[in-house]
Amino acid sequence: MIYHAKSGHPGGSLSAVETLVTLYFDVMNHRPEQPDWKDRDRFILSKGHAAPVLYAVLAECGYTPKDQLNTLREMGSIYQGHPDMRFIPALEASTGSLGLGLSLALGMGLAAKLDNSPSRTYVMVGDGEIQEGQIWEAAMFGAYHHVDNVCCIVDYNKIQLDGWVKDIMGLEPLADKWRAFGWHVIQPDGHSIAELQAAFAEAAATKIKPTVIIAETVKGKGVSFMENNPKFHGVAPSADEYKKAMEELQ
Amino acid sequence: MATAKHELKLGRATREAFGDALVELGRENPNVVVCDADLSKSTYTHLFAKEFKDRFFECGIAEANMVAIGAGLAHAGKVPFVSSFSAFLLNKGFEQLRVTAAYGRTNLKAVGTHSGISIGEDGPSQMSIEDISLASSLAGFTVIAPCDEISMKELVKQAAHTWGPFFIRAGRAKCAVVYKPDQKFEIGKAIEVVPGTDVTVIANGLLVTEAVKASDILADEGISVRVIDMHTVKPIDREAIAKAAGETGAIVVAEEHLVDAGLGVRVAQVVGETNPCVMEFLGIENTYAESGTPDDLLDKYGMRAKNVIEKVKAVLARKKK
Repeated sequence: MIYHAKSGHPGGSLSAVETLVTLYFDVMNHRPEQPDWKDRDRFILSKGHAAPVLYAVLAECGYTPKDQLNTLREMGSIYQGHPDMRFIPALEASTGSLGLGLSLALGMGLAAKLDNSPSRTYVMVGDGEIQEGQIWEAAMFGAYHHVDNVCCIVDYNKIQLDGWVKDIMGLEPLADKWRAFGWHVIQPDGHSIAELQAAFAEAAATKIKPTVIIAETVKGKGVSFMENNPKFHGVAPSADEYKKAMEELQ
Repeated sequence: MATAKHELKLGRATREAFGDALVELGRENPNVVVCDADLSKSTYTHLFAKEFKDRFFECGIAEANMVAIGAGLAHAGKVPFVSSFSAFLLNKGFEQLRVTAAYGRTNLKAVGTHSGISIGEDGPSQMSIEDISLASSLAGFTVIAPCDEISMKELVKQAAHTWGPFFIRAGRAKCAVVYKPDQKFEIGKAIEVVPGTDVTVIANGLLVTEAVKASDILADEGISVRVIDMHTVKPIDREAIAKAAGETGAIVVAEEHLVDAGLGVRVAQVVGETNPCVMEFLGIENTYAESGTPDDLLDKYGMRAKNVIEKVKAVLARKKK
C-alpha cells in the first residue's frame, strides 16, 4: 500500500500489526455487518499515521473493500493519508494530529458507563506521541474518574520521526510515569499474540483503574532493513526495497 | 418631538441564562452532559452539576483535554456542553475544537463565558476578544453571540436540539433585557430590534443594547436607525444584511470584539457581495484592554451608545456624498 502510494509511514505500521490483529480478531466485540452497533467495543488509532495497518485490518474484517487498499493516499480514496471518518464511517474518530485520541477514548468510556453498556474502548498511541501534554491531562482524568473501560496501548517502538525517542525527548521511566498517574500498567512483548491476549484479558479484569499496555515493539518489524531504522518512520520503500520486503514478509 | 424610548431594564448576565438553560435541558434529555474546567461557579455549569451529578464531568484546569473528552462523549451519542472562560476554551482548546469537533464531525457544544472586555478587573489575559474570529474559522461550526438572558436561554436550547458543533459566546456582566419573554428566535436568522430607514446598526452581544439606546437618541434628532441583532455570526443571515444595505444604504457594525476579525468583516463580505454601501465599524481597535470596572472599560474602549452615534453620523456623512 505504502509502496504504491509512494509516501506513508511503514515503520510505525509494522510495529502495530500484532496489537491490531489481536484486538480485531480476538479481543474486541464488534460487528462488521453492523458498524454502528451501540454496544460495540471501539478502537481509536491516535497515532493516525499508522493508518495502513488499520486499513488492512478493517478490510480483512470486512468493513471496507480489500481491492481498493492500493489506492491509499490517492484523491477520492476512502483510504486517506490519515484515518478520516468522512470516508470510512466505521472509524471511531478522525485522527492524525497527535495527542488527541486518549481524551476521545475517555469520553467514549464515560458515555458507555452512563449507558450501562459493556462497551470497552481501546486507543493506540505512539511513544513519540505521548510527548504531547494532552496525553498526560487525559491520563490524570482517566484515573481520577475511574474510566476502567478504557485501555490505552503505547506502541513502544522507540523511534520517532527525527530519530530515537531517547535522543529526542526520552520517556523513561515510562511505566513508573503511568503508575504515578494512577494507571494499571502491563508490559507485554507487542509482537507476541499470546502475551497481548493475556494483557487485554488482564486489562478487562482490572476495575477502578484504567489500564495502559506498554507494548514493547520493534519499528519496521518483519522487514530486516526497516527494523529499528528511523529512516522508515515516514518514507515509502523503493521498488527494490519493496520487492525485498515482500519476500521477507511472505 | 420626543419619540417613545425603549425600556431597557438591567437583567441577568448571559452566563447565568446559560446555566439555567442547561438545567432545563438536563431535565428534558438524559443524554445532555456537561464538562467544565474548574470554573463551574463562574460559568454557571455548577447549577447542572448540582442536579445531575452523574452527568457532570469536572476536567480540572485542562481545557484541551476537556474539549476532546467532550468530542468523545459526542461520538458515543451524548449531547455534550463543554464550558470555560471563552479565552481559555478557544485558545487552549482550539486544536481540539478543530480536529476532534469540526473536522471530526461531532455534536459538541462549546460555550465560552467571560467574553469581551466587560469582564473587568481580571484584565486582558482573561478577556476574549478574538473568540468569534477563531470559532468562525472552524468549518462546519455554528457561532452564536446572544445579547441578553432571554435570547441566550432560548438559543442554548436550540443549539442542543440542533445537530452539529457550536460555539456560544456568553458574558460575565449583567446586561439589559432586550427581548420580551415571548420573542421567537431562530438560529441563523437575525432580528430587527428597531425598525429604521436612514441607516442600519448591526450588532451582537452587549452592543445590541448600546445600539438600541443610540437609536432612541438619534430618533430625537430625526435620524431613523434600524437595529439588527445578528446573534448568529455563522451561518450569517445574508438576507437581512442585503435587505438593510439595499433599503438604508449605510451600515454600522458594532461588537465587543477585535474590529478587524469579527462580525464586522463578515457583514462587509455579504454587503460587498450583495448591495455595496458605505460602512463603519465599531469594536476593539488592535489592542488589549486593561483592568478596570466593566463600565470604565466600556467607556474607555468605545463600546457605548455615544460611540455608536459617532459611527452612525460618520457613515451618514459619507452616504450623503
